[in-house]
Amino acid sequence: MKFYLTLCVFCLSLLAMAQECNSILKGTIDDFHDGTKIVGASLYIESLKKYTVTDLEGNFEFTNLCDGIYKVRISHIACETKELDIEVSGNTVYNVTLEHHIEELEQVKVEGSSAKTQTNSSQETVLKSKNLEAYSSGSLGDALKQISGVNSLNTGNTIVKPVINGLHSSRIIVMTNGVRLQDQEWGIEHAPNIDINSAESISVIKGSGALAFGGDAIGGVVVMSPQRAFLKDSLFGKTITSAQSNGRGYSISSKLTRTYVKGWYISGQGTLKRYGDFEAPDYSLTNTGLNSKSFSINGGFKTFEKGFNVFYSFLNNEIAILRSSHLGNAEDLENAINSPLPLTINDFSYDIDAPKQDVTHQIFKTEFYKRFKRFGRLDVQYDFQNNKRLEFDIRVGDDRDKAAIDLNLKTHSIKTTLKLDSNHGNTYEFGISANYQNNFANPNTGVRRLIPDYDKYDFGVYAITDLTINDKLRLDFGARYDFNYYDAKKFYQTSRWEERDYDIDFADLVIEDLGTQLLVNPKFEYHNISASAGTTYEINDHNALLFNYSLSNRAPNPSELFSDGLHHSAARIELGDLRIDQETANRFAFSYLFSSEKLTINLEAFYNLVNDFIYIEPTGTEQTIRGAFPVWSYMQTNASLLGLDLSVDYKISKQWSFKNRSSILKGRDLDLERPLIDMPSNKTVNSLYYNNEKWLNFNASLQSELVLRQNDFPDNNFETFIPTTGETVLIDISTPPPTYHLLHLNSDITFALTDKTNLNVGLSVQNLLNTSYRNYLNRLRYFADDLGRNIVLQLKLNY
Amino acid sequence: MKKLKSILAITILAITFTACSSDDDSPAPVNQEEVITTLIATLSSTSGNITMTYRDLDGDGPDAAVVTVSSALAANATYAGSLDLLNETESPAESITAEIEEEDDEHQFFFSSALVSSAYADMDGDGNPVGLAFTLTTGDVGTGNLTITLRHEPSKSAEGVSDGNIANAGGETDIAVTFPIVVQ
Repeated sequence: MKFYLTLCVFCLSLLAMAQECNSILKGTIDDFHDGTKIVGASLYIESLKKYTVTDLEGNFEFTNLCDGIYKVRISHIACETKELDIEVSGNTVYNVTLEHHIEELEQVKVEGSSAKTQTNSSQETVLKSKNLEAYSSGSLGDALKQISGVNSLNTGNTIVKPVINGLHSSRIIVMTNGVRLQDQEWGIEHAPNIDINSAESISVIKGSGALAFGGDAIGGVVVMSPQRAFLKDSLFGKTITSAQSNGRGYSISSKLTRTYVKGWYISGQGTLKRYGDFEAPDYSLTNTGLNSKSFSINGGFKTFEKGFNVFYSFLNNEIAILRSSHLGNAEDLENAINSPLPLTINDFSYDIDAPKQDVTHQIFKTEFYKRFKRFGRLDVQYDFQNNKRLEFDIRVGDDRDKAAIDLNLKTHSIKTTLKLDSNHGNTYEFGISANYQNNFANPNTGVRRLIPDYDKYDFGVYAITDLTINDKLRLDFGARYDFNYYDAKKFYQTSRWEERDYDIDFADLVIEDLGTQLLVNPKFEYHNISASAGTTYEINDHNALLFNYSLSNRAPNPSELFSDGLHHSAARIELGDLRIDQETANRFAFSYLFSSEKLTINLEAFYNLVNDFIYIEPTGTEQTIRGAFPVWSYMQTNASLLGLDLSVDYKISKQWSFKNRSSILKGRDLDLERPLIDMPSNKTVNSLYYNNEKWLNFNASLQSELVLRQNDFPDNNFETFIPTTGETVLIDISTPPPTYHLLHLNSDITFALTDKTNLNVGLSVQNLLNTSYRNYLNRLRYFADDLGRNIVLQLKLNY
Repeated sequence: MKKLKSILAITILAITFTACSSDDDSPAPVNQEEVITTLIATLSSTSGNITMTYRDLDGDGPDAAVVTVSSALAANATYAGSLDLLNETESPAESITAEIEEEDDEHQFFFSSALVSSAYADMDGDGNPVGLAFTLTTGDVGTGNLTITLRHEPSKSAEGVSDGNIANAGGETDIAVTFPIVVQ
């Protein structure tokens, strides 16, 4: 027996020798990031069915190979499996680097725990595509309101600005695919020019802790991310169409993505929305329609080590503004406030007439990145944005169809970031950014410019570090410096210039005297320091704590500095102030997170102390030939915002679950010892969910939204003389509307059409009981009720 | 890699371009259109003309308007009135009266006073009053106010509006000025 065996081995080895198959392939496998040896990675040569595993030093060895090219598959837990064609010729040494998918893992973790992705210790909530698709026919501001502590500031129901912990406009940064949106966000009636359908996920970071995006986000940052590209050959897409009863409108949005295993990808997306006049429970809201068109193309190349991205997006919104909100003077305002019905109610129409906005926003972005072994990732990005805003007022004669506001804002940005992640668990990020912005106000409007022509230059530099002390404790620190420079050319009425005492304080700014008008050239610069420090501590599997402090400085925006004129849609004269300096916020945030299989609780508390807080409030009236107008002036004070946001998710049973989202906020003017104006009401939203997979994955939910009356508000009521009656009356522009409660119903079922295609049919009813209500943060609350019942049918096709 | 390089090159090019595109031209001044700076009401009777003027040359600016009434009105008299509207921020002054005449169906003046009564003396294409021409009838001696209001897009068919009652008129106020008057 032994003999035969020996013979056999001998023969075999002879055979092997005959083919010279005694080559050795050996090498080591190490980690791309930090170069550590990877232990226990498996290597497999398919053609030979040979298999080996790396030892404690990361070494591997295949013996008795014939010379030739072998396909070797290398895999390891938490690493992307790699296939390599290795040529063996004699004894061959081949070293391999594997990518520990740290980032990818973190993303996955996020999906699971809905915790954080952009930051470590900031109060952050992620909305995934499933949460966003329900708002496909709405706006970004509507979708974000599902997060506790996020409200919206509305002008009607189609102009919706997000408000994060009581702050909005220039205090919020909106990022889309890595680009900071520059779309005249300073205006209260300027909603973010973005299509909600372009995002696959949205992250909302409360406060200014995310310094990579900017140092001036006193309110917070909204990060919209497109679909991530996968490294496989695939073609997929989805189409969402919806039709709704209120506004008698439709929306259709479609997205198609092609990816290749080599790393190339291209994705196209487009959305059309069309609505006519919306309806309050008791009447039609004349001239409130919307016509929106947008598309974007996103393509590039992406591998772990390098890649680039080219992105273009186009959006045009034509938005009608409630006819009854257009006023002549304080007397009209008095009439409008006291009238039980809007002053103009016409039959339903799809027409979009003045007053209206016509806004076009374009983004072009190109980005390039490369990773360096045992070092980190370098990213370079350039983007250009072109924002064209036309606002049409009700005008007479030849000017009837001429825009009253015609602004073109162009922004070029370049930024470079370097992220060092070779030190396991600790990352260091550095970034530099520069912007050039030009605003052009077309003089052909025949209306004095509300915002002047200006050039603005920004420069920013930051450093962030994220340290893992142990598996329970993480720390993060960041610092940022920003420089802003304005070079504006503005005409002031000589009378206004003198009334504001600018002739004393800013006499040297005048470059031309036209008699009744002065051309002035303000050149202002601001130096801003921001910083943040935070920690997360995991007490055990169920409990975690999070603390964050952030300091931020925000330079005044053009509106706060230069506004000067009559705003017809608000029947008010708005005045900026050249003396306004930057505001400084100190925000302390503390969160407690509990999570178990059935119950998740997220309690977020914050205190935001804002020194030199910039705000606008009524300061008196001015008489014109049209009558009296309230004057609203930008001012500064010291303010504090104290709030508590609560999110509770409870799985009652396999089929039933419950959610609560509640928020409380107190805003105080510390100098005047009174409440701040325009603070969101306290509210609580409770939802009951039912799901049954057996019934075509049937989902249903009933949502109760309770918004309490805002009892903390400053009294800005003013007296004015009404010439037609000869009386002096008090105009109540301060009193908030009463508490309201709304019920919403949602349901959907899913049909699997093929193994890759499914159709989801959703039916929802908003404001189920057709309740009449008004919201304190809707600028049109003086004139009309908010929306009545709305039945929405949505078809969602995934393919 | 070649593609990456070309994209980087385009980026750099784009930045250089924008860096050069700075211009120092001053913006053109805007001459505010549709501004009504001045309302002149002329009242004529056999005993002569009375002129009432409201003039606010800085429009929406902070300066107060100058209001003048040339003389007192006679008691128990009837005046033929006419209105003239001007934009005096332009030189020569632009007449707004003509614009209102062109779109007279969208405009209506209202006169209110406890001291005098008024009636329309003109009409638009639909037979509704406009008020650029009117009559004013005085009664007893006294002092008071005369308020002249111009509404844009009023609902002329609403109850009482064609008789000069502003209560149901709606629309927006383009002018609302008050003159102190004396009837003696």
